[in-house]
Amino acid sequence: MNDIFSNPVLAKALPEAIIETLQMVGISSFFTVLIGLPLGVFLHVSAPGGLRPMPVTNRILSDVIVNITRSIPFAILMVALIPLARALTGTSLGPVAASVSLSIGTIPFFARLVENCLRDVHHGKIDAAQVMGSTKMQVINKVMLRESLPALVAAATTTVVTLVGFSAMAGLVGGGGLGKLAYNYGFQRFDVTVMLVTIVLIIVLVQVIQLVGERISRRLDHR
Amino acid sequence: MITVTDLRKVYQQGKKEVVALDGVTLSVPKGSIHGIIGHSGAGKSTLVRCLTLLDRPTSGSVSIDGTELSSVKDSEIRAARRRIGMVFQHANLMDSRTAAGNVAHPLELVKTPKDQIRTRVAELLKLVGLEGFENAYPSQLSGGQRQRVGIARALASDPDVLLCDEPTSALDPATTDEILDLIQDLTKRLQLTVLIITHEMNVVKRVCESVSLLSGGRIIEHGALRDVAADLDSKLAKALLPLPPSESLPGALQRGPVLEILFSGDSAKEPVLTGVARHFDIDINVLAGSVETLGGQQFGHLRVQLAETADADAVLAYLHERGIGAKRAASAAAQDPDNAGSALPASVLATGDQGGIS
Repeated sequence: MNDIFSNPVLAKALPEAIIETLQMVGISSFFTVLIGLPLGVFLHVSAPGGLRPMPVTNRILSDVIVNITRSIPFAILMVALIPLARALTGTSLGPVAASVSLSIGTIPFFARLVENCLRDVHHGKIDAAQVMGSTKMQVINKVMLRESLPALVAAATTTVVTLVGFSAMAGLVGGGGLGKLAYNYGFQRFDVTVMLVTIVLIIVLVQVIQLVGERISRRLDHR
Repeated sequence: MITVTDLRKVYQQGKKEVVALDGVTLSVPKGSIHGIIGHSGAGKSTLVRCLTLLDRPTSGSVSIDGTELSSVKDSEIRAARRRIGMVFQHANLMDSRTAAGNVAHPLELVKTPKDQIRTRVAELLKLVGLEGFENAYPSQLSGGQRQRVGIARALASDPDVLLCDEPTSALDPATTDEILDLIQDLTKRLQLTVLIITHEMNVVKRVCESVSLLSGGRIIEHGALRDVAADLDSKLAKALLPLPPSESLPGALQRGPVLEILFSGDSAKEPVLTGVARHFDIDINVLAGSVETLGGQQFGHLRVQLAETADADAVLAYLHERGIGAKRAASAAAQDPDNAGSALPASVLATGDQGGIS
């Protein structure tokens, strides 16, 4: 126990690492939902047999962008996106720059989850909404999104948990955070205490996210 | 009043054309309930989708009180839809909304002010007998209560026509009766035009004033309930007044001719059978029978076997003279091949589908 509190690395670098990790996860979660949600809605709505079928656009988005992006391992995607991060944020280092590749890596993933959530909304509900005179936007907002909200929250939770994992990887190529701490001190300097503490912290972080997400999802679910 | 004229719907399935509706014509006056009955695959769902404009018909027209619906522009389709309230088999309520929220849904779509929504929703829930359930979620309601919410929601936009797609097929018999009574009551009170699409003959018997039989995308029989029920040759009569399959009883009459007799209205009250027995001095056995009150009229459907010595044609003539439907029974060969030859003399009717629709 003494070891943990007297460890100079932990005392000095841990608070900063925690903040950097939270920044990376926070910023990239925000942009993932901001862009991934509409993208997922579009994928669902524009699919053949959907509310507003657009076969060609849907094909391009679905097959080309989403599937290709998802098939590149994140470690490679992250390195490949460093120039883009520099162009957007002015730097290739730090949590903000890392959030660019983190967001781009998880947006297609989240969009697919959203698409699946929407597909699970019973078709009868959409018929009912249309028969009562809903516009397409009203069907999307008042039926599709509203009815799948518990599932969407669960999907967002899964995505944020994934982002925690990715953020540790991003730490290695300049993102900072707990991943970098574990690698620099725990791995390269054989500081077992640092390694254990970061692992425990990441587990706690994931648990908290999962717990909060499930709690919200359950509260929203009236089925 | 809703009028459907020569409605056709053809789907493209690969290179094949599938004709789902092949010239459906029907008309239902205001304040009455019309049943559309048919097997699955008869075109019921397609008809519903065309009536609600979820699908555009290939040709033909649907009009409500003279206003044409099937040719409206896409931009006007939503206003047109609001003239039809729809009740679904599984209610199709939004799980995330309370009962009140579900009923408010159609009103929200046209930006009705909040306080107006509140009074209208309370009114509608009272109308369907759900006072005090405003804040219940669909998962907390029974199937019958959910269907009541569905009906209240369908009525929220003050429609002229209530279209019910298998409204009771997912409910138990007691709840079915409650929901049908509610629909009947609302029809009278709000002067609605109601179309009930169903595969349950029981629904037609209980509430419909008129009925159409849909088969293969066409309406093959239609009319007021009392008229179709009185027609011994109609498929609907067979379905409305079903007779169980019966073998001729063993004993003296085993070889006698078998007749089907249909009494309706006043003739149902006359002692016809004993009249026949006395007039021809023969014995008669009742093999099967069914008695119903349909459209406010009494109907009786009997299968009887006459003594071997009886002159079936004379008996038929005697019955027809008194305005009673009667014919030689359809061959029971399918049920009872061994007895067919002896029990049923040269059966004249080729089509013997017993149960009809059920």
